[in-house]
Amino acid sequence: MTSLNLLIAVCLAYVALLFLVAFVAERAGVQGKGGWLLRSPLVYTLSLSIYCTAWTFYGAVGNAARSGLEYVTIYLGPSLVILGWWWILRRLVRIGRSHKVTSIADLISSRFGKSNTLAIVVTLMAVMTVTPYIALQLQSVSLSLSIFSAAEQSGAGTPMDQQSAALWIAVGLAIFTVLFGTRNLNVNERHHGVVIAVAAEAVVKLVALLAVGVFVVWGIAGGLPETMARIDASDLGTWQTDGSRWTALTFLSAAAFLCLPRMFQVMVVENQDEAHLKIASWAFPLYLFLMSLFVVPIAVIGLEVLPEGSNPDLFVLSLPLSQGREGLAMFSFLGGFSSATSMVIVATLALSTMVSNHVVMPVFLRLRQGTASQSGDVREVVILARRLSILVIIGLGYIYYLASGGSGALTAIGLVSFAGVAQFLPAMLGGIFWRGATRFGALCGLLTGFTLWIFTMLLPSFGVGVFLSVEIFEQGLFGAGVIRPHALFGIEGMDPMVHAVLWSLLLNSLVFAVLSLFTFPNPLERLQGAQFVNVFDHSGQSRGWNASVAESEDLMIMAQRILGAEEARRLFRSQAQSQGLVGHLPEPTPDFLQKLERELSGSVGAATAHAMISQIVGGSSVSVQDLMAVADESAQMLEYSSQLEAKSRELSQTAAQLRDANTKLMQLSAQKDAFLSQISHELRTPMTSIRSFSEILRDTEGMGPMEKAKYANIIHVEAIRLTRLLNDLLDLSVLENGQVTLNRQTGTLGELLDLSVTTAQASVSEPMKIHRRRLDEAITLETDLDRLGQVFINLITNAQKYCAADVPELRIAVNAVEDVITIDFIDNGVGIPKDAREMMFEKFSRIGAQDSNGAGLGLAICREIMSRLDGDIRYLGDVEGTGFRVVLPRAMAIAAQ
Amino acid sequence: MGKRVLLIEDELNIIEAIRFLLSREGWQVETHENGADAADVIRSAKPDLVILDVMLPGKSGFDILEDLRADAETATLPVLMLTARGQSRDREMAEKAGVSRFMTKPFSNAEVLTAVRDLLYVHQQKA
Repeated sequence: MTSLNLLIAVCLAYVALLFLVAFVAERAGVQGKGGWLLRSPLVYTLSLSIYCTAWTFYGAVGNAARSGLEYVTIYLGPSLVILGWWWILRRLVRIGRSHKVTSIADLISSRFGKSNTLAIVVTLMAVMTVTPYIALQLQSVSLSLSIFSAAEQSGAGTPMDQQSAALWIAVGLAIFTVLFGTRNLNVNERHHGVVIAVAAEAVVKLVALLAVGVFVVWGIAGGLPETMARIDASDLGTWQTDGSRWTALTFLSAAAFLCLPRMFQVMVVENQDEAHLKIASWAFPLYLFLMSLFVVPIAVIGLEVLPEGSNPDLFVLSLPLSQGREGLAMFSFLGGFSSATSMVIVATLALSTMVSNHVVMPVFLRLRQGTASQSGDVREVVILARRLSILVIIGLGYIYYLASGGSGALTAIGLVSFAGVAQFLPAMLGGIFWRGATRFGALCGLLTGFTLWIFTMLLPSFGVGVFLSVEIFEQGLFGAGVIRPHALFGIEGMDPMVHAVLWSLLLNSLVFAVLSLFTFPNPLERLQGAQFVNVFDHSGQSRGWNASVAESEDLMIMAQRILGAEEARRLFRSQAQSQGLVGHLPEPTPDFLQKLERELSGSVGAATAHAMISQIVGGSSVSVQDLMAVADESAQMLEYSSQLEAKSRELSQTAAQLRDANTKLMQLSAQKDAFLSQISHELRTPMTSIRSFSEILRDTEGMGPMEKAKYANIIHVEAIRLTRLLNDLLDLSVLENGQVTLNRQTGTLGELLDLSVTTAQASVSEPMKIHRRRLDEAITLETDLDRLGQVFINLITNAQKYCAADVPELRIAVNAVEDVITIDFIDNGVGIPKDAREMMFEKFSRIGAQDSNGAGLGLAICREIMSRLDGDIRYLGDVEGTGFRVVLPRAMAIAAQ
Repeated sequence: MGKRVLLIEDELNIIEAIRFLLSREGWQVETHENGADAADVIRSAKPDLVILDVMLPGKSGFDILEDLRADAETATLPVLMLTARGQSRDREMAEKAGVSRFMTKPFSNAEVLTAVRDLLYVHQQKA
């Protein structure tokens, strides 16, 4: 017992030393002295080593003895994160600093619109996941104590002793944490004393483990080569490592490194300088490397030297003890003790901050709604809440330790805890990298992952039959085979740990992502999301408050109650000065309110700080939500005005169309006028001659018979001209109106051409020579032969009239090409000038100085006829002379040859 | 010496009719069929009266009339315009261009003779 008593005395002395270190550091911090130490990247790196708890101090050896090299993953994960994902850490630290984030719950809540629901959920989850971990530390310390008592006095290590030891340790740790963690409400929630103490403990545990390692290698094994030989000889190296388990463990420890509340505390909240991360990125992996250096030798030698059945989790202690090195054993014990205490202190601190900020304070504020600025000092409440939280959390850890009966290997409990905190990962990473992430998505993702974790990992970890019955393991929850804790969705044969991690994180991420896509973030969420994701773009402040009517006095009273009178006065005075005001009350500008909110959130969390300022400024001001709503409204108005613009574009398009239509109508009207003028002219001209000569014949006496005959003939010719003109006009009118009925007949093309040529030549005295190839013309047609003949006659007549060659000739060529028949009428004249070609098929278009007999309707009629016959007529521009082509669809030809 | 009338017209039968009517009254009738050079022909012929068709090959009667009125020498020359287009707009255009008398085809011979007589008499009075 003397040894045990000695041990307890040493422990007490050690704790007293830590108190001293912490106290001095705190004092130095307050006085601004010793800043170099606090601001040293070394301290930051060492404080990160709270990652290495008693689990890694004792458990790594145990793990190596049981599962070979699997323990490496626990060191590998964090090393990968800090080396490879340095940028994630930098982003986290930047966000943490610029938003005065106090915990991981605060981070997630703040990101998703300062949601208190989310903060509470994360807090409760954190408490649930970390409690087993605290129990683990209590267990390891009490176990290690029992080793000493067992060595000293066999049978003395009764469970009762262990439990009371654990209780005393818990009480001691609670006192330490309360004293140093809640000495004051620091604006930025930093705890210099604690950090320094943790750094000191980091040195102790490293040196202790290295000392044991050196002793084992050189003191027991007899040197490095012998050790290596023994390792080779042991079956440790032959352990098969399951690839999926290896990957899952590495990932899990990496995730835990980022998400563990205590890691977040030292890494982000206590960070003094972003540059420290750079040093830590190589120094921390080095620390981990040194911590793991002697794990395998200790495990191998321990298995060899110690009697069968010794707990490998305690080799670090029992090996020196078995060799009679009590001093070393005691040092080693201090190392384990350090690991345990530093973890418990920081973890409890982090959790108590969350509990008080996100659970106690909101409830308190709600209970005293509207009286926040009139009642007493809130600081008292905050500190009390925090102290109580610490006691409750450590109490919970102790109860868990009792409930789990001190059973289970250390690593198993550790892994359960790791997998629990890993559920924060999707919401955290999604929150800082993805603007589209929403509160609802985060909340549901977290709850999904957490539920699965409880079902597949936490409850089964107590053992079959404790919380979950054997039936649930075999038949599934409610007898549903797809809901078995170790075989979700019927997928069996996976390692239970891999299974749990895979499903919980997979569904967590999936739910988070999908629901984020399908929900719409509220304005504050969007604002925060933008600030978190773009933290490197604008380190500027979010402009939220508009408190022109807020009373500075009220704000001052509230700030004093949270920050403390002195701190608050200093803040207000400096703000007043920076606004160029005399006195100590600044104008409640949005900038100032923003700053104040940040300062307050350092003490009570973002959600609470926001709520408190809302209480004072709220009723009579514009909140961020309101501003965003206004922004939304103006966005809608923009949208509306763009709709109006579209409308007006549409209208102006319609107007343009109307203008076009009008122009077209005007053109048509002008065409109609021109047409009427033309008709009038064409009708009046022959009538003029007729009238004039008929009057001459009537009125002139004594006219000779020759003259009489001459004038009567003129009247006759003009009357015929008039008739023809009227016929043509009627014909055209009928054709154009589509009132024409086709008279389909059957006949050969050759015969039709014969008839047309004969008719055309009948009116002239000297017929022109016409070339034809009768062989080509042997095509039987079924169409309106009279109409088609009319076209042919017109073309032949035109050639006769207008061909200016000395010896006029006309060639009629028939071709059957693919699905059409073409009939070309080509004379040896001069052709039609280019500028007239376009118009020549129009009514009354006459080319040049022509025979005045033609009214210019012939080609217009031809065109109308051909379109009625589903054919075409066009001018051949690329032949010698004047050429026209009549095109008939092949369908009209019944049978060629 | 009978008065000289210059007829600008492209319809051969109408030329024939007007020539018959006017020469029977003792006036000298000269004719020209193309619009393009009509103004030059009028200037060089210096007739006592011009009978002008509107739809002429080369240049419209309105354009020829404007040319004549723009020239001091022919600014007051009596011009009888005959048109087959017979729309009210044509009369306005003709009057704007400075026509002395405007008639629509088909005309009665008596009307033409009266118009020519009036124009020659008025012109004589003025001169």
